[in-house]
Amino acid sequence: MTANVRYADVEVGTELPEQTYPVRRLDLVRYAGASGDFNDIHWNERIAKAVGLPNVIAHGMFTMAEAGRLVTDWVGDPGALVEYGVRFSAPVVVPDDDKGAELVVTGVVTEKRDDNRVVVAITARSAGAKVLARSTAVVRLA
Amino acid sequence: MAINRDFLGRVYESPQPYEVTRGKIREFADAISDPNPVYRDRASAEAAGHADVIAPPTFPIIMGMEGAGQAIVDPDLRLDYSMMVHGEQRFSYSRPMRAGDVVNCVTTITEIKSLGRNELITLKSELSTVEGEHIVTTRNLLVVRDGAEPAEQK
Repeated sequence: MTANVRYADVEVGTELPEQTYPVRRLDLVRYAGASGDFNDIHWNERIAKAVGLPNVIAHGMFTMAEAGRLVTDWVGDPGALVEYGVRFSAPVVVPDDDKGAELVVTGVVTEKRDDNRVVVAITARSAGAKVLARSTAVVRLA
Repeated sequence: MAINRDFLGRVYESPQPYEVTRGKIREFADAISDPNPVYRDRASAEAAGHADVIAPPTFPIIMGMEGAGQAIVDPDLRLDYSMMVHGEQRFSYSRPMRAGDVVNCVTTITEIKSLGRNELITLKSELSTVEGEHIVTTRNLLVVRDGAEPAEQK
């Protein structure tokens, strides 16, 4: 494991650079194929609306993967991740246009632990709604 | 229809081990649009201290979903898949998953409860190599909207 961020350089309150990730219908189709999750609500607008959703919604695991990039891009080596957990608090609604939805992800260091580990609190928003809540990553820094 | 509480503690083992390949890792990394070279290039992965290309942190969901899939398709569990959404997901890693791993998955139903009108079920999957080395534990909370029995009429 070779993290690019040094434990000594990080304080409680250190903010990770905010990132914006696009979520388009094509991304969901590709994710369905790669992950094996073909639940209709992630690609079929007719069925999504029939079960009471506003439109097609992103796989929670796609949102989790994108939000995780905030942390793995910050430390450099994804192998530095010790724990990663999220709560899906609202769906990411993905319209059928070229732009799709946007996922805005922020993170802040909330705790320094022993063994060079730090806790990062992660928040993700889409169209103004908080889509990930009480989400944290524990990473081992250099 | 409420989820069948008799399923609490039930264990599901993967019928055959999952072989992690470089091609599948690259496909998954492409699908999440993550260009990190440690998912694609063995030299980059080795420079970061790994034995081979590693998988993105959420990649183990493929095996976790296979485990959960065995449970949730059982009609006796009475879980309405069409009303199911993902509530929470957690991964605890002993090390990153990597190309060449041959992985067994053991999934346990660890909690079933009601919350308001929803039914909640938690599945824990232990993912280890066939040699017995632990890689990651996943916890998966699924929510079945409007799944709870209506309160008794007075």
